[in-house]
Amino acid sequence: MTQPHTVLLFGITRDLVGQSRLSVPLTKGSRVSDLVAHLNAQYPALTGVKSILVAVNSEYAEPNTLLDPSDEIALIPPVSGG
Amino acid sequence: MIALTADPIDFSSAYHYLQTDEAGAIDFFFGVVRNNTQQRSVNQLDYEAYGPMAIREMQKIADQACERWPILKYVVIHRTGVLRIGEMAVLIGVATPHRDAAFEATRYIIDTIKQTVPIWKKELFADGEVWVNATP
Repeated sequence: MTQPHTVLLFGITRDLVGQSRLSVPLTKGSRVSDLVAHLNAQYPALTGVKSILVAVNSEYAEPNTLLDPSDEIALIPPVSGG
Repeated sequence: MIALTADPIDFSSAYHYLQTDEAGAIDFFFGVVRNNTQQRSVNQLDYEAYGPMAIREMQKIADQACERWPILKYVVIHRTGVLRIGEMAVLIGVATPHRDAAFEATRYIIDTIKQTVPIWKKELFADGEVWVNATP
């Protein structure tokens, strides 16, 4: 059984996917690496981005970070502020 | 003081905020919109931020700077939205007792912002647009 996880998209990732927010079905116990694999499979264009990090609740997360449906998850393509 | 703003950055109010009797040095860095990149003419830049996280990351950087240098006051302001050539995209200001620390802390803050803060800029050309640094 899967649960919906909300994922925010910015910059090039939003342009490639065509949406600023996705609802991604993930099984309980899924980790950041599972989310990335799911999105890369569903949106192959994302694999052309130089790097994509994942933030969970506004903090950079590790590939093995566990995800919860209540988390605010965001894809972070290479930053270019300044 | 840390801020993200869609409005033009007001240098003089930042300077006013930094003034304190213990400061012997106030150092500023302004990042401004340049009219070219890699020999290509740029019309505008469009800045986008993941607001809550950008504020948190900028605060972390300022806190780290305050641990390393004797900072009396600081200002970090980043613009969002479409900016024209010459507009200020980022302002860093640091007040310290002596100048070495002010120079070093200002440099540290802008360099680290460019590495970790979730803000993205898109270069708008006459014939297209590119998210900076996003693709190999």
